[in-house]
Amino acid sequence: MSGPREDDQPLLSVRGLGKRYGDRVGCRDVSFDVWPGEVLAIVGESGSGKTTLLNCISTRLEPTTGAVRYRLRDGQERDLYEMSEAERRLLMRTDWGFVHQNPADGLRMSVSAGANVGERLMAVGQRHYGNIRGTAANWLERVEIAEDRIDDRPRDFSGGMRQRLQIARNLVTGPRLVFMDEPTGGLDVSVQARLLDLVRGLVADLGLAAIVVTHDLAVARLLSHRMIVMKDGAVIEAGLTDRVLDDPQAPYTQLLVSSILQV
Amino acid sequence: MTGQAQDIAGGMAAYNFAYLDEQTKRMIRRAILKGIAIPGYQVPFASREMPMPYGWGTGGVQVTASIIGRDDTLKVIDQGADDTTNAVSIRAFFQKVADVAVTTRTREASVIQTRHRIPEEPLTASQVLVYQVPIPEPLRFLEPRETETRKMHALEEYGLMHVKLYEDIARHGHIATTYAYPVLVDDRYVMDPSPTPKFDNPKMDMCEALQLFGAGREKRIYAIPPYTRVVSLDFEDHPFEVQRFEEPCALCAARDVYLDEVILDDKGGRMFVCSDTDHCEERRAAGHRGHLAAEEAYATTEAAQ
Amino acid sequence: MTAQAQQAAPVAVSVEALAKRFTMHLQGGIELPVVENVTFSVAKGECVVLGGPSGAGKSSVMKMLYGNYAAGGGAIWVRHHGEMVDLVSADPRQVIAMRRDTIGYVSQFLRTVPRVSALDLVAEPLIARGTDSEEARERARVLMARLNVPERLWSLPPATFSGGEQQRINIARGFITDHPVLLLDEPTASLDALNREIVMAMIAEKKAAGVAQIGIFHDEDVRDAVADRIIDMRQFAAAAA
Repeated sequence: MSGPREDDQPLLSVRGLGKRYGDRVGCRDVSFDVWPGEVLAIVGESGSGKTTLLNCISTRLEPTTGAVRYRLRDGQERDLYEMSEAERRLLMRTDWGFVHQNPADGLRMSVSAGANVGERLMAVGQRHYGNIRGTAANWLERVEIAEDRIDDRPRDFSGGMRQRLQIARNLVTGPRLVFMDEPTGGLDVSVQARLLDLVRGLVADLGLAAIVVTHDLAVARLLSHRMIVMKDGAVIEAGLTDRVLDDPQAPYTQLLVSSILQV
Repeated sequence: MTGQAQDIAGGMAAYNFAYLDEQTKRMIRRAILKGIAIPGYQVPFASREMPMPYGWGTGGVQVTASIIGRDDTLKVIDQGADDTTNAVSIRAFFQKVADVAVTTRTREASVIQTRHRIPEEPLTASQVLVYQVPIPEPLRFLEPRETETRKMHALEEYGLMHVKLYEDIARHGHIATTYAYPVLVDDRYVMDPSPTPKFDNPKMDMCEALQLFGAGREKRIYAIPPYTRVVSLDFEDHPFEVQRFEEPCALCAARDVYLDEVILDDKGGRMFVCSDTDHCEERRAAGHRGHLAAEEAYATTEAAQ
Repeated sequence: MTAQAQQAAPVAVSVEALAKRFTMHLQGGIELPVVENVTFSVAKGECVVLGGPSGAGKSSVMKMLYGNYAAGGGAIWVRHHGEMVDLVSADPRQVIAMRRDTIGYVSQFLRTVPRVSALDLVAEPLIARGTDSEEARERARVLMARLNVPERLWSLPPATFSGGEQQRINIARGFITDHPVLLLDEPTASLDALNREIVMAMIAEKKAAGVAQIGIFHDEDVRDAVADRIIDMRQFAAAAA
């Protein structure tokens, strides 16, 4: 895995982020930065607040407190929640990707694989069918889907293929930041390995920054440079991924690491 | 347009002029005005129950009822024809509740309510074309959530519309959508032109007449003001094109008009005739003859009566 | 290299009062002292071996030198792009940059990655530093050939390789770059005599190229052959709390 480039400015800055659901705390006082080309894993068990955090930093859920700032391609840093909805949505379909755990949430199941990949291109104004299709075919190849499946619908695909298609659909506009919510969640172990390898390669080749939410420490180790451990909505420990996993400091992290089955 | 009650068939319940009460008409006119102000934008309105089932043009009827006046001359067409059940019923309805003059001649009409066609004869600035619309939302095909489609319109996120056209080409090698072909109105809103054949799309562009669209069940009204740019969506390498017909109308020999296929017998015999019956008759009256015109002369004369 | 030359060579790594103890929260928070006050420095071109019996903390120091373990105190100054940077207080991004450009590591065990071939695994550190991928693969081939990794294995993921084969993949991966600091965690442990000789020669070449090397070698022959100095870790043993 290539290391992050040494850009001086973070791509995404999260400060004092909190989300309350009435009296219940979704997450609280979370601060971190993500630099270009860097993969950050957010780990924790169900209910730890990691998905709430992911939704808050990806503009899918408005936080109660704190700020999320993002550096646009022109170098300008903007508070996501001070941007207009039109700007945010444009950002989401051009400069960002979001890979859902369940591919059906991120794909249009009733249109062909080619159209699924091409949609973002059409959304940003591409109007040449041949070029759109060519780009889609190229991306299907990159995610190891045979080109002759380009006109098939995702409902005819296996779980692993659907997930790879979802990744291609997200990466086609060359985003700089991709959010992934348990990207290997519902997949068989062998399928997971293939997907992880693919993601790992794409992230390195494209110099993507990624924020990966996972409960699987092996996924975090394989994909991420840095990780954040969450429990009860708060950050318990953060640092270099192998440091956190090999020398966990917080009691909870030690418990989490010692709970993994060794293969 | 006045609001005097109309005594119908002596002794029966008195209807307001054009069936709808004046408050309802005002509400609908406000929606129409808003629609005209924002070309292509779907304005929600409080659609009323009409004395006909949904799917029979309740949206168009409410629009027509709200704009029609005593001096108007109404034409109603269904699939291009003035003599099908739907057209006859609606025409009779307005004759009864508004006592307006009716016609089958495009040129003579001031209000034309239509289902599925735009007349072949170019419309003028003194005419209003009212479309009956079953499903007003062009994005519905791929995005079932109304909340989401409204947001997409608001933010001009129309990539999805091209996804539909992409699918057509991927599946059929060309854009196979032949009716309800999506258009971009005034360079802003993507609009469903109702299930008219795409053959009629170019007629909407810079049309001299006001075009109003009413969807009764879906409770939406939208409009294209006169002289508004209406562009059919397409791809650079698959440009929009209208249907072409190999042969002219079998009755009036017209070319460059929309033709219906008519099955003549159970041995495969068929002919293509003008979908716009009024246009066809006018041409024949002017002496144009198609290759089957002689045999059909009797039938058409009868139909015209 | 003579003692005088060593003195003249600039310091590449300087460890000052480094300490490590583990707090085992799952066992009632007991403290496991490992080392304290570890102090030594390594010059360019020098190979320093950490000595002492098992449990003396050699591996822990090694892992702290790579940023893999958090230090309990002290500093690890590493010459990174011409400046001395403290690895202990560096933020994760700095540590990643130092690993990419300055500190190489040959661990005892290979961490295999699903579906990545041996060849790509070896070439990866070079590609990460910006070398053209074909050139990186070519250098990987040369190195694997030198380490007698059978060519039929190159295109396979090493998960199923023997211990010795995995070890040699790991060595190739560690030696392929020209990192100015190289950490060697028992690189010869599972190698046969022939391959051990080759690795020793490679260490000598790194020394000649001015690379500062810090190693753990249980094999005395290897240790004596490659070490310029042996630092006995027993002197840094931490007192129990």
